[in-house]
Amino acid sequence: MKRAFPILAALTAVLLAYAFYQAMFVAPTDALQGDVYRIIYYHVPSAWTAFLLFFINFIASVEYLANAKPSTARAANWIVIAIGIVGAVAPFVPQVQQQLPAGLYPSSVATTVLAIPAFYFFIGKYFPGQSLDVLAVTTAEVGVVFCTIVLITGPIWARPVWGIWWAPGDVRLTSTLVLWLIYVSYLVLRRFSDSAQTQKLAAVLAVFGALDVPLVYFSIWFFRTQHPQPVIGGGGSIDPRMLHVLLISWVGFLCFAFLVCWWRYRLEKLRREVEEAEALESLLESGGAATQTSKAKVPLSRGPQ
Amino acid sequence: MNSASSIRFLYAAYIATWLIHALYLGSLVRRYNRLRQQMKDLGKGK
Repeated sequence: MKRAFPILAALTAVLLAYAFYQAMFVAPTDALQGDVYRIIYYHVPSAWTAFLLFFINFIASVEYLANAKPSTARAANWIVIAIGIVGAVAPFVPQVQQQLPAGLYPSSVATTVLAIPAFYFFIGKYFPGQSLDVLAVTTAEVGVVFCTIVLITGPIWARPVWGIWWAPGDVRLTSTLVLWLIYVSYLVLRRFSDSAQTQKLAAVLAVFGALDVPLVYFSIWFFRTQHPQPVIGGGGSIDPRMLHVLLISWVGFLCFAFLVCWWRYRLEKLRREVEEAEALESLLESGGAATQTSKAKVPLSRGPQ
Repeated sequence: MNSASSIRFLYAAYIATWLIHALYLGSLVRRYNRLRQQMKDLGKGK
């Protein structure tokens, strides 16, 4: 895996450079907004990436809380399976379809809901025990970075198009800001709390924070907002050439986010190892004469990757 | 809309995006170096 990192990093750099070229020089100019609309090639993929990372953080946090006891872990498994079955079937029931906002396809809803059990069992298999908590903090931190980009590029686009930097009271804008604040609070809690319960408290906060993600996403369907209506999957239309560039850009940012998460994940694992080693060493030192012979046993088994 | 002024907003958004990523990556490098130093100190037995 160590050897794969530089290769993936090089491929990601090429992909991002290609996406930049496509966004700046190939995608057609918008008839109404002119060139400034090209901000969407960074703004929208950053938002989607942030949502995905917060979703993973939510799943990891739920699983971390559920794994506290074997009985709750078993119950959570069955609940997640039930969510998957109901989510795959319900959107195709006519009565439910009538309740869906115009332009929201039942297949999109079913796919999104099916992602919950898929991610839940995948994460549970590959991130056992404390790795769940490491994954949660990793995705929250990288998600905040992407969400910050969304909150900065949005107003930069709004100023020339709307004539204002920010529309106070707009549900999409406000809920995104609240989402960012929740996850910043999550990181602050993890950084400054020394309590033994910090990980659990952070996981609970993450679960509440994730509830804001659907509100952000669906706000433009359910509320009158200044924010543009969805151009994909929401009854809107986008020039296929623009959509093509948007998807390339998203793939580029997804790869970039994956690499950053990978690095951050390893860093967090290493930090915990060093903390454990330091704690053990100070314990051994306070133990007196035995220290000298035991230092070699400090479990600092590997160097930084 | 003036195209010259709108392109400045476009550049500003792209630069801001990469600046934020660069700052974050810089913070990761700093944390990594600090950890490496801590590991060296541990290896020496302080």
